[in-house]
Amino acid sequence: MLNIVVCVKAVPDPKEACNIKIDPVTKTLLRCDVPMVVNPLDKNALEVALQLKEKTGVHITVLSMGPPEAGNIVKECLALGADRGVLLSDPAFGGADTFATAFTLASGIEKTGPFDVVLCGMASSDGSTEWVGPQISTFLNIPVVTMVKEIVASDQNAWKVKAAIDDGYRLMQVRLPAVFTVTREVNTPRALSFSGIIKARKKEIEQWGLGDLGVSPDAVGLKGSPTIVSELSASESRREVEFIGGTREEKADLLLNKLIGTGLL
Amino acid sequence: MTTSNRSGGAVWVIAEQIDCRLLSVSTQLIGQARKLADELHTSVGAVLLGNDIKNRSQELIAAGADRVFLGNAPELAFYHPEIYTDIIVNLAQAHKPEIILIGSTATGRELAPLVAARLKTGLTAHCIDLVLDENRNLEQRIPAYGGLLSIICPRRRPQMATVAKGVFAAPEPDETRCGEIVEIDAPNRGSDRIEILEIVREEPEGVPLESAAIVVAGGAGAGDLEGWKQIADLAKSLNAALGSTRPAVDEGWTELATMIGQSGKMVSPRLYIGVGLSGEQQHLVGVVDAKVMVAINSDDKSPVFDQVDYGIVDDCRAFVPVLIQKIKAYQEKKVTC
Repeated sequence: MLNIVVCVKAVPDPKEACNIKIDPVTKTLLRCDVPMVVNPLDKNALEVALQLKEKTGVHITVLSMGPPEAGNIVKECLALGADRGVLLSDPAFGGADTFATAFTLASGIEKTGPFDVVLCGMASSDGSTEWVGPQISTFLNIPVVTMVKEIVASDQNAWKVKAAIDDGYRLMQVRLPAVFTVTREVNTPRALSFSGIIKARKKEIEQWGLGDLGVSPDAVGLKGSPTIVSELSASESRREVEFIGGTREEKADLLLNKLIGTGLL
Repeated sequence: MTTSNRSGGAVWVIAEQIDCRLLSVSTQLIGQARKLADELHTSVGAVLLGNDIKNRSQELIAAGADRVFLGNAPELAFYHPEIYTDIIVNLAQAHKPEIILIGSTATGRELAPLVAARLKTGLTAHCIDLVLDENRNLEQRIPAYGGLLSIICPRRRPQMATVAKGVFAAPEPDETRCGEIVEIDAPNRGSDRIEILEIVREEPEGVPLESAAIVVAGGAGAGDLEGWKQIADLAKSLNAALGSTRPAVDEGWTELATMIGQSGKMVSPRLYIGVGLSGEQQHLVGVVDAKVMVAINSDDKSPVFDQVDYGIVDDCRAFVPVLIQKIKAYQEKKVTC
């Protein structure tokens, strides 16, 4: 039976993320209580594992790194059908860039036991870096394929996948263990079911800190991060808006005139 | 602190080719690398891997490279994550560049984090500007939360960044420039972990975003697939390219290839119309030098209105069909006149 680890991240709800602003005076983030949700593409990664579980039977561990509140999104993944939930949480992990995050997640993956496949969303909706999946593969010294849009074959020793490239795709045969990052095209994530939520109530989330991973405090969090944010600056608006008013019909007529004025219609 | 000139490592660009043609982002990055290298009093290096690409080295030199590390072998014709990573890591360990820049292409986005992790250094994603700070660290700017973040990698080298096509202008090629071409050996081992069975190229549909004169971009405000189709119809009625924000892609209304912004495509239309989107920096940095910008959003306090010339406060699902009608009526009248 394949052991699959799915890495998930708690992100500010992308639909409300625009409400997070930089205070132009203090240059700190104003979060305005934006709720945290499972990173959308990580749900696609979990769905890959869940569909395999239905087909052939696999064991799914969901792994996340974050503050204790991120346990909620791990719980949600258990309710969706994952077998085991692990949260890496320790003040020492805070302030990690992608390098330190990937190192910490890789250490966590090793601690979960033998694994065959690691699945991640291609990118997070808040950071949009795409680095964590590939860098986990480096720390685990296993291969990676990013932007997987179709799992063509998934046997015990190797997976055949289609992975997006600019204007096309590549068909690849990848020996396990391996890391795959997935795009939205790979599947449609299922919705939470009532029975899943009830079942997940009984499952405990394991929480591991620095001591549990047995890694140096210098390798994680801010200390283990090669990059740092040196400045946060609010951007000044560059355009003066003219609001077009009136009834809906009038607004459409007035806007059409403006569009005609560009000479492009 | 010493700031000794000429002793520092070079500024490198990992160039990319498809079917033996250099990608435009590679020469754009050489142009920016040249500026940084001149300020640092160092040289520009380019790494180019492929097959039958010897003549491309001169293009990199004409764009500003002093030295091209050329891997020219049949087994390098296509990007292979493990083989390419091995070559670049070995070169970087031998020559110790100060900075490595990589295009934010599909392959660059896989290769860059692999190289950075092996070199145990930092990597900043999809920068929209690269400058040197007062300590001669590379200040890598990315849009975030309605502003800009400046990221530095002060303690490790090389400093690495990816940059999308169109962020930097292509330099004027100078065919008289001279440079050194260093041929590197093809790897003597392949990879037994990843086998590339097939590369398939697909023609993109519709008006290409990057060269479109009009771009209509839709966001979460479309509400559902039906609302999204209206925005797509608006684009069609204007013969515009259809773009999107990440929430629209995440909802599954449109393909990733339509995403505009920091981690998507850069567009420079003459007219941009943003529909049902909030004007996040990560999206709007992808709209460069648009002559006229329009936003349609139901929230009159939406930050998008700080970034456009004309604003319509209305529910896009109700407004867009009316606008399409008006546009069609105008176009029919124009044809019959």
